[in-house]
Amino acid sequence: MKRVVVFIKQVPDTAELKIDPVTNTMIREGVPSIINPFDMYAIEEALKIKDKWGDTETVVMTMGPPQADAALREAISMGIDKGILLSDKKFAASDTWATSYILSKAVEKLGDFDVLIAGKQATDGDTAQVGPGVATWLKIPSVTYVRKIDELEPGHAKVERMRSEGFDIIEVKGKFLMTVLKELNEPRIPSFRGKMAAKKAEIPVWGADDLNTDEANIGFTGSPTRVVKAFTPPPKKGGIKVEGDDLETVKGVFKFIKENHLA
Amino acid sequence: MSTKNKILIIGECRESSIHHVTFELVSEGAELSKKNNGEVVVLVPGYKIDTAQTEGLFKAGADKVILLDHEKLQQLNDVHYLRNIAAVINEEEPGIVLAGATPQGRSLMPKLAITMKAGLTADCTELDIEEGTGLLLQTRPAFGGNLMATIKTPKHLQMSTVRPKVFKVETGYSKEKNITKFTYIDGDSPLKIIEAVRSIEEMVNLADSDIIVSGGRGLGDKANFKVVFDLAAKLNAAVGASRAAVDAGWISYAHQVGQTGTTVMPKLYIALGISGAIQHQVGMKSADYIIAVNKDSNAPIFNVADYGIVGDLFEIAPKLTELLG
Ligand SMILES: Cc1cc2nc3c(=O)[nH]c(=O)nc-3n(C[C@H](O)[C@H](O)[C@H](O)COP(=O)(O)OP(=O)(O)OC[C@H]3O[C@@H](n4cnc5c(N)ncnc54)[C@H](O)[C@@H]3O)c2cc1C
Ligand SMILES: Cc1cc2nc3c(=O)[nH]c(=O)nc-3n(C[C@H](O)[C@H](O)[C@H](O)COP(=O)(O)OP(=O)(O)OC[C@H]3O[C@@H](n4cnc5c(N)ncnc54)[C@H](O)[C@@H]3O)c2cc1C
Repeated sequence: MKRVVVFIKQVPDTAELKIDPVTNTMIREGVPSIINPFDMYAIEEALKIKDKWGDTETVVMTMGPPQADAALREAISMGIDKGILLSDKKFAASDTWATSYILSKAVEKLGDFDVLIAGKQATDGDTAQVGPGVATWLKIPSVTYVRKIDELEPGHAKVERMRSEGFDIIEVKGKFLMTVLKELNEPRIPSFRGKMAAKKAEIPVWGADDLNTDEANIGFTGSPTRVVKAFTPPPKKGGIKVEGDDLETVKGVFKFIKENHLA
Repeated sequence: MSTKNKILIIGECRESSIHHVTFELVSEGAELSKKNNGEVVVLVPGYKIDTAQTEGLFKAGADKVILLDHEKLQQLNDVHYLRNIAAVINEEEPGIVLAGATPQGRSLMPKLAITMKAGLTADCTELDIEEGTGLLLQTRPAFGGNLMATIKTPKHLQMSTVRPKVFKVETGYSKEKNITKFTYIDGDSPLKIIEAVRSIEEMVNLADSDIIVSGGRGLGDKANFKVVFDLAAKLNAAVGASRAAVDAGWISYAHQVGQTGTTVMPKLYIALGISGAIQHQVGMKSADYIIAVNKDSNAPIFNVADYGIVGDLFEIAPKLTELLG
């Protein structure tokens, strides 16, 4: 049987994030958690691969607190076969280096696979580093920013990678990891059957002992980076607002551009 | 001088030409090196590199330029790039490695960080040297710009990707022109770049542009995007779009600004017929100046606009294009 593994992250819905006007800090209480938007495209792509290949197991994995279970069930409701939660107090405060190590250990435990898929970027940490990191730990190549898949068979792929000045068509031999963009597909809506499966699904929880992770590589101690300060940028205030579309009004904005040496 | 003070810049070429972000990083590196008594070494990987441009690298503050020129680096084959960059890092033993937060830098650096056991800070907008420790202080936006975090890497190699257009290129240094060549190390690659498609339509360059003119659903249809392109052409700007415009098929996804598109930080962002949904805002509100045109005076885009005009974009944009002419 072939296997496709998808990495998903549960993130706060940034659309719901508010800044406390008094303390100027981010209010996270009451903010709903969602599957990182880019990961929805990763899930959908795995399902499309299964539709095409048949005889394929699709697996989603997330590293996070116990409540990240909900993200895995949502993926299952869309049609994913299996969810695995990587959760352990020892994993807390992992940076991208440690996170990708832990995810790679989970893939090793799972066994063989054909393709790994991650989202381009998580909307909270925003680094876009975990996907390529996992691939490097597993010593397989990765292609970032995949916008289109031309061919994909076990052991062979032809994909398009977005660049700022166009795109590259890349051929890949063997197993690989890709990070995906919105352009790739349209995520499907969970079916009734999927929702039932999600409710019933058994979600194994793997911790540090199950993964046989090296203590020196995980959590706070295993993370090379340290967040030493976090602050909210001063809120942007609306500035000048004028009404009208006659030439005089437009001259005003023209003057604004010139005065600020913007053009 | 301890090698730990050495700052290595991973340069970038577009075709044969050294990309602007490389010069920006060199100048910022030179600034940092004054604080840590270090030196700035810049590695330029590419093919048929325009060596005349190295002059500019020294003027921008480089102490040494390493050219890595090989046919197999013409395209961004990550495996060939990584093999060679890792070898240069091992030879140079820098304490700090900086690359542009471009698709290239953000593809290569996370993989390098794993193999080098380095801390990697993404998409930095501010760098400094901590007094006393000499460590690199890296400040970056997270949570779609809702939060800024300062990060350091106390014990490992310190690596960061840095947003283009954040740092200014200096031209006043008079450094000795120390140029060396690094001999390409060959090897196998499971990746093969079959084609690098570069067409005018695909030239989006959102991340590299000082000015972006974006259009939204307010444009009404694809043909009307012409008003956006016309204004952009006058301003030498890149064209952006809201997701609604992309989803409608008026313009390709590469132009999408926002949470599921590209995050941009130009000097000037002009939003035409964009309501300013939060998912759009997180991608553009860090622009230095924002101008918004919308006929609905309650549109949320006005909350972040430095200059808002309540009016019809089809009247306003062409007039502005005229005036700029
Ligand atoms: C404010 C702030 C700034 C930070 N800055 C940095 C930094 O510069 N460098 C650094 O090394 N760490 C940083 N971190 C830590 C980092 O956010 C965490 O390590 C996080 O677990 C993963 O990074 P990300 O959110 O950036 O994910 P990304 O790398 O952006 O995620 C890309 C993809 O990887 C997969 N993925 C990511 N996380 C998981 C997961 N937990 N489980 C399963 N799949 C996953 C998903 O497919 C996702 O779409 C920062 C944390 C905070 C709070
Ligand atoms: C998970 C998720 C991710 C998302 N990611 C993104 C993203 O990356 N980027 C993004 O942009 N959106 C994103 N969205 C969508 C976002 O929520 C909005 O739906 C979208 O930004 C709306 O685009 P718009 O402003 O062009 O359209 P609308 O909201 O329809 O606004 C059109 C505006 O045009 C004005 N208008 C109409 N005619 C004229 C005229 N003649 N002159 C002047 N003004 C006129 C109207 O007053 C209106 O304000 C995301 C949504 C979700 C749920």
